[in-house]
Amino acid sequence: MKESLGVYDYWAYDQRPKIEWPGGAKVAFWVAPNIEYYELDPPLNPQRNPWPHPHPSVPGYSIRDYGNRVGHQRQMALLDKYGIRGSVSLSVALCEHHPEIIQMCKERDWEFFSHGIYNTRYTYGLSEAQERTMIRDSMETIHRHTGQACAGYLAPALSHSERTLDLFAEVGEELFGDKGGIYTCDLFHDDQPTPVSVRSGKRFISMPYSLEMNDTIVYAVNKVEPRQYATMLKRHFDRLYAEGAESGTVMCIPTHNYQVSCPHRIKAFEEALEYITDHPDVWVATGREIADYYLANYYDAALDSIAAQAATAGKQG
Amino acid sequence: MTLNDDYLDYPRRHHGYDHKRYEWSMLSERAPVTWPEGKSLAVWVNISLQFYPLNQRGKPFKVPNGMTMPYPDLRHFSLRDYGNRVGIYRVLKALAAHNITPTFAINAQLAEQTPYLVQRLKEHGGEFIAHGWNMDHLHYGGQPIEEEAELVKRSVDTLRRVTGQPVRGWLSPAKHQSFKTPDLLADNGIEYCADWVNDDMPYRCFTQTGHTQAGNLTMMPLATEIEDQFVMSQNLHSEDSWVTQVKDAFDFLLEESREQGGRLFALNLHPWLVGQPHRIACLEEVLAHISGHPEVWQAPAGEILDAFHHATEQA
Repeated sequence: MKESLGVYDYWAYDQRPKIEWPGGAKVAFWVAPNIEYYELDPPLNPQRNPWPHPHPSVPGYSIRDYGNRVGHQRQMALLDKYGIRGSVSLSVALCEHHPEIIQMCKERDWEFFSHGIYNTRYTYGLSEAQERTMIRDSMETIHRHTGQACAGYLAPALSHSERTLDLFAEVGEELFGDKGGIYTCDLFHDDQPTPVSVRSGKRFISMPYSLEMNDTIVYAVNKVEPRQYATMLKRHFDRLYAEGAESGTVMCIPTHNYQVSCPHRIKAFEEALEYITDHPDVWVATGREIADYYLANYYDAALDSIAAQAATAGKQG
Repeated sequence: MTLNDDYLDYPRRHHGYDHKRYEWSMLSERAPVTWPEGKSLAVWVNISLQFYPLNQRGKPFKVPNGMTMPYPDLRHFSLRDYGNRVGIYRVLKALAAHNITPTFAINAQLAEQTPYLVQRLKEHGGEFIAHGWNMDHLHYGGQPIEEEAELVKRSVDTLRRVTGQPVRGWLSPAKHQSFKTPDLLADNGIEYCADWVNDDMPYRCFTQTGHTQAGNLTMMPLATEIEDQFVMSQNLHSEDSWVTQVKDAFDFLLEESREQGGRLFALNLHPWLVGQPHRIACLEEVLAHISGHPEVWQAPAGEILDAFHHATEQA
């Protein structure tokens, strides 16, 4: 085990090259619906229990199933209404279990990125070869069912190894060249994209995805009241919008169709979407679009700036 | 330590579900259902009446809202018992004021031990549904099948005997099941089960053994997310927030039912919680909010089940 993974360098927020998003936007805004499949009777992993009770854990399984049976369509209707294309964090087995949902997202030109095979299969304990196999399976499955070269990764149930980012970048390169495996959602260290070093040297970045705005963290972990979530989202946006005048920021709302789409919560979510998209200088985008734009326009300047900050500190020290 | 390669085997990775209990179906893709008298939103209010034993075994886990302190945990025992002595009578009064006919999901042991309570519930009017034996007799994976079969039969038989009602519905303690529970329910003539909270409408369930006259077991989802105990006791939200959440849920489902077809609004209540003096007015506010709409049909779950079968068999 390492004290730190060391895949990104220190880089002070207020001393960076200015980012300007397309159309002069201050905030690049994206919504990442997690569309997940949790198994009723998954195999056990010695490091993490998939369910808190003996299987079948009907309460946990059935509310997640609610998301796919009922919630997805509600959320999709809202995103349609506010002109937002989702960037789907996908348990790729959903392509086999519920292809009807995949089809609806495809028709809307949504992005699909990998969130593993199932959200009940963890990375913990996988060998490097096994993890590579799992990641390759996930990217190939997305390509087979959607035709998309998977650009992003959020490890299944946020379970990682020390090699996860390296492997994702490598498999993406093998399958799709510089179109695949270009961003990770697994790091929460910044409100702007940042370069992440992977062992292959591929141009690879971290995309702000925000655990703090993630509905499952908000509702199920932090036990926040639905209308307070709307307030949090609006405050989060307000500050990133204001700061975006100095240098473009990224705001993501990571959602789950079994959380935001519940009847007692969807109104609060809509309120936030309406508020955010009502602002003039918002670039409503997908994860890939933001990543592509950043890599093309700011990635090299970012590396230079990081190096310059480190050198300056060295001189002063 | 590396996992075996079979950790990456996915034998149930195919269309539909990784089980055979019910069919994959998105709510918005189904034929719209209209409730009796052309209503669009069915409202089901369930009152859970529970006995939490003082000598809790906690097998295979401690039931939520059960004993937490070293034996004898008199504070939680008596606080839960409060619901059956005091809280329920406040709740009944509130229900009567809004002409609501509920279901009473009652632990069979409680029904057997408190005949006066059962009599009062019958006088009020409503449908009794089985709620297991008590809150410390959970149904769970790995439970010996003979043990669970006896538990289901004893619970259903006892409740039928002491209430004189057919007892068509079932709500598991803590909504927890084994892989066999739906089969055992069907074996005992149970027609609907409220445990699976994966829909805003009833839907058919497949069982291996029993086939009741109405067909296979039907799932009647009794929403957890807006339950009084879930919002106020698990999430620790305020009473006012609970009222807002229930109203928002109701308003949304009412609107969706107008646009897309029949929906089920199911509200589960616990007299030990919502029957407290400082909370009962919140329940009254909720009941007032969900009453009196021209599109709403309020009925106990068995009647909603019958209407669902009638509507979907005609379709």
